[in-house]
Amino acid sequence: MTDTAAQPTRLLDLANPTRFLSLAGALLPWLAGLSALVLAVGLTMSFNAPDDYQQGMTVKIMFIHVPFAWLSMMCYTLMAASSVGTLVWRHPLADVSAKAAAPIGAAFTALALITGSLWGQPMWGTWWVWDARLTSVFVLFLMYLGIIALSRALDDPAKSARAAAVLTLVGFINIPIIKFSVDWWNTLHQPASVLRAGGSAIDPSLLRPLLVMALGFTLLFFTLHMMAMRNEIWRRRVIAMRRMAARKADRNDAVASEAIFSKDPAA
Amino acid sequence: MTALFIRDFRLALRAGGGALVGILFFLAVITVVPFGVGPDLALLSRIGPAMLWIGALLAALLGLDRLFQADRDDGSLDLLIMAADRHMLSVTVLTKCLAHWTATVLPLVIASPLLGLFMNMTPTAIGATALTLLVGTPAITLIGAAGAALAVSLPRGGLLVSVIVLPLTIPVLIFGVSAAYGAVTESAPFLAPFLILAAITLFFAVIGPLAAAAALKFSTD
Repeated sequence: MTDTAAQPTRLLDLANPTRFLSLAGALLPWLAGLSALVLAVGLTMSFNAPDDYQQGMTVKIMFIHVPFAWLSMMCYTLMAASSVGTLVWRHPLADVSAKAAAPIGAAFTALALITGSLWGQPMWGTWWVWDARLTSVFVLFLMYLGIIALSRALDDPAKSARAAAVLTLVGFINIPIIKFSVDWWNTLHQPASVLRAGGSAIDPSLLRPLLVMALGFTLLFFTLHMMAMRNEIWRRRVIAMRRMAARKADRNDAVASEAIFSKDPAA
Repeated sequence: MTALFIRDFRLALRAGGGALVGILFFLAVITVVPFGVGPDLALLSRIGPAMLWIGALLAALLGLDRLFQADRDDGSLDLLIMAADRHMLSVTVLTKCLAHWTATVLPLVIASPLLGLFMNMTPTAIGATALTLLVGTPAITLIGAAGAALAVSLPRGGLLVSVIVLPLTIPVLIFGVSAAYGAVTESAPFLAPFLILAAITLFFAVIGPLAAAAALKFSTD
């Protein structure tokens, strides 16, 4: 009975920014170390993985390209979930989470596009094709930039968070389009080959390093996200403290000048 | 709602040159194209539908920031939001969008056949492009309503609205242009992209006003 009553409060405690800060401070070194470790293991595995019989060395681009692409979509999904939190519960931590995730997501999307284009040059013979998958990911990149621009354009953090949340939720339509674009249209980009009915189409010797790399990059994403959230909370506190200091200084000035004026007649 | 429609329609026609400025911008964009790609008539007729679509898209985006801005400046937007318990705010937004579309975008659709002549397009292509514009441009206005509502409290929101809205209008552009080409070329189908275009418009007729109403509500409190 007490357990069931205590459980929700413990979860809610995390939503308190101060508790979140102490948790983030305790968790961050571990998370960073773990992601560095998993990434190191993944990189070694990818270097030792056999070359593809058709693509040769270039198949190694897959080990970074695919995790970047997955994370770009996961980050947007996380932002959409945070936006629901902003709009429904009006929670400041959800605002912070969505705002902190946007630049990271944009960076991952840009990296996915760049690595994809580097892979496309030797395989397809061109840097860029306007096919459905590439176009929809590019639209995702533009959406990230639009959200960043909008959330930086408004001064009031609560207002900008709500505006950005509405835009994020409207833009969420794009995520299923990206996921299924390779099935709906005939694209140059290959169809889904890792997660599909009837098992993966990739050989285990290539799949294992890919999954380890994906895990490593996911851990890296959460590390960066937590750091960015911590920065954002600190930044807001600094701004609030500066405002309070300015107000106090104003009051002190007023008191001082009043004191001078009151002394004047005596002199 | 009818009264609001008529009021918005009249205001949009009279404010700042009204519909004529949009058409002039559209004309200017289309006139620039032959200078950019060269006066090759065969090439112009081939890219004609796409250019008309891009011109109409830009001209429609240009006027979007006026959708709520004027109402916000004179305070009537607050009245509309406060009346939300009598008239659902999304329906109000939808009415405003329809009035805006009729006043500023419909003239573009009507002018597009004339501009199609400049691009040396065949009568079939002109008709198909005008029809796809008629069906597709409401979607642009409806998505744009969400963007305009988000940026309404910004002092210079016009450019930001375009940045926010453009990525979302890409599907409209894709299916509008492919339907227009489908009517001209033998191999490509016309009906399938045209129906998807109509579906996109209907879809955004629901999503756009809902999102815009939510954004307007949050911008006031």
